[in-house]
Amino acid sequence: MKKTFQTLLARGWDTPVLLSLSLALLCLLASLWGGAGLQRTATEILIRITVVVGLYVFIGNSGLMSFGHVSFMCVGAYGAAWLAVPPEMKAYTLTGLPQWMAQESFGALASTSLGVSLAASLALLSGLVLMRLSGIAISIASFALLAIVNVVYSNWDSVTGGTSSVVGIPTTVDVWGAWAWAVFALVLAHAHGHSCWGLQLRALREDSVAARASGVNLYAVALVAFVLSGALVGLGGSLEAQFLGVVNPDAFYLSQTFLFIAMLVVGGSASLSGAVLGVVALSLLVEVLITLEQGVTLGSTVMRLPGGTQEIALGLVMVVMLVLRPDGLLGRAEWKLPRRKF
Amino acid sequence: MTSVLQYLFDVLSLGSLYALAALGIALIFGVMRLVNFAWGDVIAFSAFSLIVPTTDAMTTLAIGALPAPLLVVLVLLIGAALSIGMELLVFRRLRHANAATTMVAAFAVGTVVVNVLLMMHSSRPKAIDLWSGLNAPLDLWGARVPALQLVTIVVAGLLLAGLVWMLRRTRIGLEMRAAAEDFDMARMLGVRANQVILVAFGLSGALAAAVGLLMLTKTGVADIRMGGSMMLVAFVATVIGGLGSLCGAVLAGFLMGLVSTSLQAWLPMDVRPFRDALLYLAVIVLLVLRPGGLFVTSAATQRV
Repeated sequence: MKKTFQTLLARGWDTPVLLSLSLALLCLLASLWGGAGLQRTATEILIRITVVVGLYVFIGNSGLMSFGHVSFMCVGAYGAAWLAVPPEMKAYTLTGLPQWMAQESFGALASTSLGVSLAASLALLSGLVLMRLSGIAISIASFALLAIVNVVYSNWDSVTGGTSSVVGIPTTVDVWGAWAWAVFALVLAHAHGHSCWGLQLRALREDSVAARASGVNLYAVALVAFVLSGALVGLGGSLEAQFLGVVNPDAFYLSQTFLFIAMLVVGGSASLSGAVLGVVALSLLVEVLITLEQGVTLGSTVMRLPGGTQEIALGLVMVVMLVLRPDGLLGRAEWKLPRRKF
Repeated sequence: MTSVLQYLFDVLSLGSLYALAALGIALIFGVMRLVNFAWGDVIAFSAFSLIVPTTDAMTTLAIGALPAPLLVVLVLLIGAALSIGMELLVFRRLRHANAATTMVAAFAVGTVVVNVLLMMHSSRPKAIDLWSGLNAPLDLWGARVPALQLVTIVVAGLLLAGLVWMLRRTRIGLEMRAAAEDFDMARMLGVRANQVILVAFGLSGALAAAVGLLMLTKTGVADIRMGGSMMLVAFVATVIGGLGSLCGAVLAGFLMGLVSTSLQAWLPMDVRPFRDALLYLAVIVLLVLRPGGLFVTSAATQRV
């Protein structure tokens, strides 16, 4: 028993466990004392964690920048919507769906699975090409991927409803459902990071020449991480679709891309705990600023920030954080149980 | 014959706009490997500086009411000042941070600029009547060409020629080319890094302002998000042109104009909405075939 515990500790499993437990505490607080608003915020944070942990699997481990991941979110969200929308609504809005999809109704799990598999397939397909490139070329090509998916989904009217949203997706994701999926993402990300695939990829990040000289196959290990991270980001997209009940192609474009990358970088892109911390820190900051914008009563006076301050303050805080800590809040550190000194 | 001429003017005017934009990104990218995502917002900021800040639908010209030469100089200065301000306040402090951090910081700076504009001008697009007479078509050897297209081509030509002169014939230009090829080596040989970077930011901001003025004259509307798509094109052109190659960026800008105009002209009607998807697909294919870009400089290939 003690030996198993020691092995788990040695492989760093305390990090995802600690993170999952503290997120569970957050959920518990939100569902015990918070109103519906707070619960929605908590759910949103958990879905973002799923997405950003997905980003971490590729960006964090490889050190390569991808701007294209939100397109996997888009594909995942629409994939889930295609199954989840009740058949009577599909007949009106999504006329181009294949027969078997259009006439059946599906559960949440089936819808999520389709979203994830479509996202993973797109990641595999694009990864086969993108991973041949290097450094900045990957960033540009992934940008191109983002633009392509956005253009296609905005104009493929018969199955996406074009720029008008797909509505009527049953909202089946609640706080605990989102928590379970976030934990799933954390466990997968950690397992990957400590597998031979993840370790080889990190070696490439640190010194690609030395790693390749030691026989690491850049193409294969990067592709594995890209597909896994695409699948997790797609999972986040499917969850968001089934949380909001609405999907729209423009919700998965530049501003989302940068928000998620900012969360990862502010937290510390080379650290799993950093990914979670970044999401929580920036989300809470946004919530606080929105509350301040709506007005806070202090004694007899109402303090209120002028409208638009929220975005400006968020931008300024991000700049200041990055100037002070260019490697993110946590840098490369992970949240761990205290180890005994030998 | 006339349609060919018309097509040629379309390509050249769009291409020269893209070339100016690509140069605005490439100047900074070449010198300090920073992808300045705030550049598109400098375009919008310069365009909005023409009018009095108000949230009303009616617009009153401020700088826009000045005589044309003064107006152009002032707007270019505003663009340059904003860009230099970003460098002094933010990017200078991130000189040694990794690429992801500076990109996110640039994006954050851009968000601040956009939202300051949003606060001052509200989110609705503003109609600004700036030299709208230039949109009247001229008759050139049988082709009907808007005067603005000619102006764009001439302005871009002059600016490019001026920049080439500066890069080839002046000391700061020489230093800038050296810095773009190999920044560390240039510093060791006595190039004043901060000065070169400041000039690069100033030029890049002025180019953004020039692009903003040209876009504004064409559409007659200033929109807070007007710079976004232009910046994407510029960013792509910089990379397919070859990193660190200013000349490559300009040529790639023209190439993007050519491909974009051709797709618009020759694609069948049903496929036309997907034009940009094809354009970006072509970018990916090009990157796979020539990963270093079209014009690879010797310094861009990494030695072990």
